[in-house]
Amino acid sequence: MSDHAPVTDWVHDFDHTDPRWTENPFPIWDELRAECPVVHTRRFLGCYLPTTYEAVKQIAYDTEHFSSRRIIVRDVRPEITNSAPPITSDPPQHKPAKQLLLPPFTPDAMKRLEPRIRAICNELIDQFIADGKCDAAARYSKHIPVRAIAHMLGIPEADGELFIRWIHEILELGIKDDDILMRAVHEMTGYFVGQIEQRRKHPTDDLISTLMNARDSNGQPLSDMHVLGSLRLLLIAGIDTTWSAIGASLWHLAKTPEDRNRLVAEPALLPTAVEELLRAYSPVTMAREVVKETVVSGCPVKPGNMVLLSFPAANRDPAVFPDADKVVIDRKENRHAAFGLGIHRCVGSNLARMEMTVAIEEWLKRIPDFRLDPAGQVTWSEGTVRGPRQLPMLFKKAA
Amino acid sequence: MSGKLKIHVDQGKCQGHARCKSLAPELFELDELGNAHEVGDGSVPAGLEDKAWLAQTNCPEIAIDVTEE
Repeated sequence: MSDHAPVTDWVHDFDHTDPRWTENPFPIWDELRAECPVVHTRRFLGCYLPTTYEAVKQIAYDTEHFSSRRIIVRDVRPEITNSAPPITSDPPQHKPAKQLLLPPFTPDAMKRLEPRIRAICNELIDQFIADGKCDAAARYSKHIPVRAIAHMLGIPEADGELFIRWIHEILELGIKDDDILMRAVHEMTGYFVGQIEQRRKHPTDDLISTLMNARDSNGQPLSDMHVLGSLRLLLIAGIDTTWSAIGASLWHLAKTPEDRNRLVAEPALLPTAVEELLRAYSPVTMAREVVKETVVSGCPVKPGNMVLLSFPAANRDPAVFPDADKVVIDRKENRHAAFGLGIHRCVGSNLARMEMTVAIEEWLKRIPDFRLDPAGQVTWSEGTVRGPRQLPMLFKKAA
Repeated sequence: MSGKLKIHVDQGKCQGHARCKSLAPELFELDELGNAHEVGDGSVPAGLEDKAWLAQTNCPEIAIDVTEE
């Protein structure tokens, strides 16, 4: 595993895996945004970072100059061997691959799933509520998305620890260690091959079957590579991301009693608050590969570079959001880009919103009074998806 | 005094964020893919004008037009 030299010049040499970015990226983005709408580093074999909402939006909408064939910024750039439609798809392959995944993730589909999520949240809380303390990341926020996506895929919720390990290896360790990444992808693929085999013998009514039964415009089944790539995507995309969003929300509420008390007093405010928490603590940064030379917000952008497509930084742009650096839980105008912009809008956005809303709602019902444990330490994940990985809390039981 | 409001969702821009449906459920419908369109001819019933503007402001794709007649 190669270690990165610490950053001394953020404007010309940013590094999103640097411990200071991991701990608190917001002032770094502010510094970079004041300097230029698009900055560059030679790390990661060359990578741009758009710092403004406008620059991020322009890149997200421009599939001609910015390809999704690579969507993680890494130290190495080997030949592409794995794809994960539709996230790694450019037009024209993108639209049909995405459309077949949309129906299981509509708001109406989420309403049907909601009772199960509510039950999961309460089962989790039951396990630690008598202790008066817990690591809310490890005991609560981590498990909700794992069990939700496992339920939708039709795979055992009990296999959750396995999925969590793969995701850690692919999204965190795998940025710097290719062997770890390849091994995890290989294991995950083998797992899904087994699941597909089972369903050939005993068909089911879940997301795996949806992909197995899908037909392309010629009436042909999808290739094995497509099905496996999409399954890997759904598992990865469905877990770390929402886990991070739920965790960051509880972290904010733990350290902000006035917001917590307001949500307990005004439960109808929760959907608005969820949007603001998504804006302020957006978990997901995407990436693109520059395939054709162009200009973004006056900055030349050259092929052979990656782009760290920072929706979180866009969401903190004061040119678009008044008081961008403050969490305003009743913010009425909130055109945030936490789920992306343009054709790659997150397929799971309705699921994520539902999970966040239910997770916070159930927590507040049972544990309305809670705070960060001063004897513990909050740690944040490194790299492309940001959320608390340790979140020690102290609390009283609800009266 | 303003006249009646009319809303329209640009199908070329809608990406299914569903903010409009969440903020103004009376005014928008989602199809089986989760994409939005205006209810009926997009005429906004009296009393729902604020919701129409809220939906327009919160669409990340700026896909909603609100016009005054």
